Amino acid sequence: MNNRLINWFKYASPQSFYPLAGKMIPWFVALATVFGLAGLWLGMVVAPTDFQQGEGYRIIFIHVPASWMSMFIYLVMAFWAALGLAYNTRLSGMMAQALAPTGALMAFLSLWTGALWGKPMWGTWWVWDARLTSELILLFLYIGFIALQASIDDPRRADKAGAVLALVGVVNIPIIYFSVKWWNTLHQGSSVSLTKSPSMAILMLWAMLLMALSFWMYSIAVALYRARTIMLERERGTEWVREVLQQEGAK
Amino acid sequence: MSIHWNSFGEFLAMGGYGLYVWGSFGITAAIMFMEPIIAVRNRKNLVARLKRQARAERNKEQ
Repeated sequence: MNNRLINWFKYASPQSFYPLAGKMIPWFVALATVFGLAGLWLGMVVAPTDFQQGEGYRIIFIHVPASWMSMFIYLVMAFWAALGLAYNTRLSGMMAQALAPTGALMAFLSLWTGALWGKPMWGTWWVWDARLTSELILLFLYIGFIALQASIDDPRRADKAGAVLALVGVVNIPIIYFSVKWWNTLHQGSSVSLTKSPSMAILMLWAMLLMALSFWMYSIAVALYRARTIMLERERGTEWVREVLQQEGAK
Repeated sequence: MSIHWNSFGEFLAMGGYGLYVWGSFGITAAIMFMEPIIAVRNRKNLVARLKRQARAERNKEQ
């Protein structure tokens, strides 16, 4: 039992996670590229016209993946934040900090592509309906998290403050997800659900899922990359960072 | 699995939705291009700074 615990915590320490992340990044980049090219080919070149929305519906191939990732990254960020508050592990705060900018960009992309989709279909860039407003709040939560962490000099205290904000904000995620059911919104309901068969053509569904996988792999790659930078910064002065710096010079 | 478009011009026009479709894909491409570049630049700057600091410390000790 004791042995297992030690093994598990081994990868939770920055000096062993740093090289592991470095080896994983190229694989996630490769997967993001393969899924992305396949998704773009299916979605933009092969998929037929939508009978209601013409060619305008093709925005779905980035709007839905970006929206999913904006919510999923927040959940992962809050998970790390909770882990950090509970066990005070060094890695947790670094991971949460590394995820926030990518999450913010995904939330921005969700809103941006939503506006460009809303204008031709609904006749307006923006409405204050539940789905759009809660997604905007998500963007503000990310920005608030980044600003709060940046404003506190001591990284451990910054992690704690950020973690509390991230955990309080988690309540917004189910609100975004279920907003189209709970309230009468201009935004349509989901085309994909776990319980019913999807209400979209199978080819379009595949294109969207491939794009979502691509966005997912991209997010992991860029967040891991950023996490490695944060590790070097926060662990500077330790022996393992000194060794890493020497190897960087040799290259 | 045949190609849906008859010409490249048709592809660009997106049935009249070109502005909205390419406005969405363009910003996404720009962000996914810039974010990694900024991340790489930040890391390079940090590594250079930490190396400078390490050198300065070594010089002080001597």
